[in-house]
Amino acid sequence: MVALAPRIPAPSVVARHLFLRRSRWRWEEIAFWLIAAASFFLFPGHHVLITQALISGLFVVSLDLLLGYSGIASMGHAAFFGIGAYTAGILAQQGWGDPLLGLIGGAIVAGAFGALCSLLVARLHGAALLTVTLGIGLLCYELANKWSSLTGGDDGLQGMIVQPVLGLFAFDIDGNVGFIYAFVVIFIFYLLARRLVNSPFGLALTGIRENIRRVPALGISVRFQLMMAFTISAAVAGVAGALLAETTQYVALEVLSFDRSISVLIMLVLGGIGNLVGGMVGAMVFIVARDQLAAVNPVYWNFWLGLILCVVVMSGAGGIVGFLRRLGDRIGNGR
Amino acid sequence: MIGPLVNILINGLAYGVLLFLMAGGLSVTMGLMGFANLAHGSLAMLGGYIVVGLMRDYHWPFLLTLPAAAIGAAIAGWIVERTIFKRFYGGKELDQVLLTIGIVSMTVAIATYVWGSTPQPVRVPEFLDGRVHVGIVDVGTYRLFLILLGGLLTLGLVLGIERTTFGAKIRAAVDNRRMTVSCGINVDRLFTLAFAIGSALAGLGGGLAVYLVGLDPSFPVKYLVYLLIVVVVGGLGSIQGTLLAAIALGICDVAGKYYVPEAGAFVLYAVTVLLLLWRPQGIFGR
Amino acid sequence: MNINSASPETVLETRGLHKSFGALRVTQDVSFRLPQGARYALIGPNGAGKSTLINLLTGVLAPSSGTVLLNGSDVTRLRPEERVRRGLARTFQINTLFPELSPLEAATLAICQRRGLCINPFRALSGCDDAIDEAQALLADFDFGDDAGRPTHELPYGRQRLLEIVLALAAKPKVLLLDEPAAGVPQQESAEIFTAIEALPSDVAVLFIEHDMDVVFRFAQRITVLVAGRILCEGTPDEIANHPEVREVYLGDGENV
Ligand SMILES: Nc1ncnc2c1ncn2[C@@H]1O[C@H](COP(=O)(O)OP(=O)(O)O)[C@@H](O)[C@H]1O
Ligand SMILES: [Mg+2]
Repeated sequence: MVALAPRIPAPSVVARHLFLRRSRWRWEEIAFWLIAAASFFLFPGHHVLITQALISGLFVVSLDLLLGYSGIASMGHAAFFGIGAYTAGILAQQGWGDPLLGLIGGAIVAGAFGALCSLLVARLHGAALLTVTLGIGLLCYELANKWSSLTGGDDGLQGMIVQPVLGLFAFDIDGNVGFIYAFVVIFIFYLLARRLVNSPFGLALTGIRENIRRVPALGISVRFQLMMAFTISAAVAGVAGALLAETTQYVALEVLSFDRSISVLIMLVLGGIGNLVGGMVGAMVFIVARDQLAAVNPVYWNFWLGLILCVVVMSGAGGIVGFLRRLGDRIGNGR
Repeated sequence: MIGPLVNILINGLAYGVLLFLMAGGLSVTMGLMGFANLAHGSLAMLGGYIVVGLMRDYHWPFLLTLPAAAIGAAIAGWIVERTIFKRFYGGKELDQVLLTIGIVSMTVAIATYVWGSTPQPVRVPEFLDGRVHVGIVDVGTYRLFLILLGGLLTLGLVLGIERTTFGAKIRAAVDNRRMTVSCGINVDRLFTLAFAIGSALAGLGGGLAVYLVGLDPSFPVKYLVYLLIVVVVGGLGSIQGTLLAAIALGICDVAGKYYVPEAGAFVLYAVTVLLLLWRPQGIFGR
Repeated sequence: MNINSASPETVLETRGLHKSFGALRVTQDVSFRLPQGARYALIGPNGAGKSTLINLLTGVLAPSSGTVLLNGSDVTRLRPEERVRRGLARTFQINTLFPELSPLEAATLAICQRRGLCINPFRALSGCDDAIDEAQALLADFDFGDDAGRPTHELPYGRQRLLEIVLALAAKPKVLLLDEPAAGVPQQESAEIFTAIEALPSDVAVLFIEHDMDVVFRFAQRITVLVAGRILCEGTPDEIANHPEVREVYLGDGENV
C-alpha cells in the first residue's frame, strides 16, 4: 500500500499536466516553422512569394484569434490589414521610413480602429454582425478610394522610402532581407498569439465561443473580453498589413478589398480553424496554389477554389491541419 | 428641378423592384431556416443567362424567355437545396457563408468558361424599348414595365403569404419553427418549396435585370452585397421589410449616382451600418 | 421597515419588483428577503415566473420597476458579471455549459476570473497552478474523478447538472440561486445533489427552485410560493403545508403533503 502510493500521481499534478499538454508545441506547428525557415535556402528564387504567404499567414492568425477562439465572424477583416498597410506606407512616404516604427504605427492605428469597431459591434450577432462587418470593410475601401490625396486612390500609394531594418539591413531586390525581417516579426507575433490562447484570457474567449450566456454568470464581462480580442486581432492584422507595405514598398488599394476579406476567411478554413498553425498553413497553401494555378488560367483558379472550399466545409474535417492531426493519430494508434 | 427628381424616383423604384425580386427568396431562406445563402445571386445570374441564351441561340421572344428563366432557376435551386444546403440547416453560420461563397466562386468560373467574361447584351421588343411621356417627364418604357410587373408579382406574393394555407404555414414556421413542427407540419418540405419559389423569383429578377444593369460573370459577386443589405436591413423573413428596403436602396443608389457621384457607394454603406447598429434585427424584424 | 432591512443579516432583498413582457406581467410586486446562511425554497406552478425572478435578481433581465439589494446596496442597475463579483452566483434550469471545455477548464476559468487573472492576455495558464489546484479540489469535492478532464458534452446528464453547481461555487458566492438544480435527473441522483447543497458552507445563503415537495420540505427552512408572478405566501414548511390557498392552488388540495 505505502509502496504503491507514490506511483499514483496526485490529482492536482494530473490537472496541471492537462493544462501543460494543452499548450505544448504540436508536431504540425514544429514542422510548419521548420519548413518555412528551410524554404529560405530551398527556394531562393521565391523569397518574395513566400514572404507574402507568411504575411498572409499572420493576417489569418489575427482572424483566428477572433473567429476561431471567440467565435466572432468578421467579413471585413481586410479593413484592419489595409489600415496597417496604409499607416506604414504613409509614414514611410512622409519620411518616417523606419520599419519598426511602421509596424508600431500600423498596430496602433489598426488597433485603435478595431477598438472603435468593437464598441459598435459588441451587441450584434448573426446576419447583422456579418453585414455590419462587411459594411465597415466596404466603407474603408470606398474611403481610401475617394481620398486619393492621402492614399493615391486607385493608383496605389507611391513614393515610400523604407529605411534599412535596425539601420543595418537594407531591403534588397531579391527579397532576402524582406524574408528574414518578415519571418522574425511573424514568428514573434505567432509566439505572442500562442501565449494569448493559452492564457486565462484566451480560455475566457473560448468560453465566449462555447456559450456566451454562461460567461457573465462566471463574473466575466463578455464586452470587455471581446473588446480586447477585437482590438488585439485588429492590431495584429495591422502589423501584417504594415509588413506587406514595407516589404513591397507599395500599397495597392486591394489591401482593403472585399476579396481580401473573403480570402482570409478561406485560408483560415482551408488550413483549419482554432489552432493558429492552421492559419499559417492555409495561407501558405492558398498563396502558392494561387500563384501556380492563377498563372495558368484565373477562371480555373476560381473554380478549384470554390470546389475546394465546398469540400473542406462539407467534409467537416477541420481543414488541412485537422486532417493531418487525424492522420497522425491513426498512424500513432496503428503502431 | 421636379423632372429629374421624378425620374430618379421612377428609376430607383424600377431598380428596387429588381432587387426585391432577387432578394425576396433570400429573405425567406434566412428567416425560415437561418441559412445564410450568399449564392442567391448566382441563381439570378442563371436566369439572366437563360434569357440571353434562349434569345440569341434559339430566337425565343423576350417575354417567353422570362418564365423559362424562372423555371430554370427554380430547378437549379431545388437541386442544390436538396443535395447540399439541407445538410447545413441549423449548422454554423460560418460554414454556410463559406459554402455558399464557394458556390459563387464556382458559378463565376463556369459562367466565364461558357459565356466568356464580356457583358452580354439583350434586345427587348420594340414596345418596351422606347420612352413614354408620363405627366411631366419622359420615362423608359422598360422601367414602367418593370414596376408594373414587379408590382403585380409583389401583390401576388403578399396575397399568397397572407391568404393561402401555404403562406400561413410559412409565416408560422418563420415565427416559431419548433411549434410549427410540433403541429405536424413538415417544415422541410415546406422549405424546399419556398426555396424553389424564391429561386424562381431570383431567376426572373436576373432575367429582367439584364437589359437594365447588364450581365457578366461577376454578377453574383456584385449583387451579393446588395442582396445581403436588402435582406438584413429589411428584417429576416419579412416580405414587407424586404420590399421596403429594396425600394429604399434602389432609390438611394440612383439618387446617389445622380447627386453625389463622387461619394460612390460610401453613403449607402454608411447608412446600412448605422441602421443596423440602431436596429440589429432590421426595420421589420423582431 | 427600513430599519429592518438594514439589519446585517439580510444579504439579498427585493422591493416591489415588477416585470412585464409586453402585456404579459410575469413578476408583480415581489418583495422578498434572503438572510445570510439561509436555505430557502421558491416553489410555484410552471410559468409562475420563478426563473424570471432569478433572471431579475442576477441582472440577466432588467425589472420594469422595483429594486434589488445585495448586501444592503442597490444593484438594480449592475450588470450580471458585476453582481457575480459581489458574491451572487446562480445555476441555470437548462444546462448552460461549455460543451467543448472540460469541467476542469471551465472551473479553472471561473476561478481565474475571481482571482483577476482573465484580463491579462499574456499570462500563461500553465503558470496559474493555484487556480488549477483549486479547480481540481472543487471538482474532487463533487467526485468528478476522471470526468474532470473530459469535454463537458461527453459527460452524463447528471454530471452536467452537478457542473452547473460547481461553476457557480467557483465564484465563491455569498448568495447562491439554484434554478431547479435537479431538473430531469432521477430521484437517486437528485438526493445526492441536494445533500451536496445542504453541505455547502453555512454562511452561504441558498435559494433553490424545486418541484419535488418531499425534497422541498426536507431541505428548506422557509418556502416562498409564487403564483402568476405574485408571492402568494411565505413561511416555514409546516405553515406552507397547512396554508389553505397553497393546498388549493399548488398542491392540488394536498392529499399527500
Ligand atoms: N423573454 C421572454 N419573453 C416573453 N415571455 C417570457 C420570457 N421569458 C419568460 N416569459 C414568460 O414568463 C412566464 C414565466 O416564465 P418562467 O419565469 O420561466 O416560469 P417558471 O420558471 O416559473 O416556470 C411564462 O409565461 C413565460 O412564457
Ligand atoms: Mg423555470
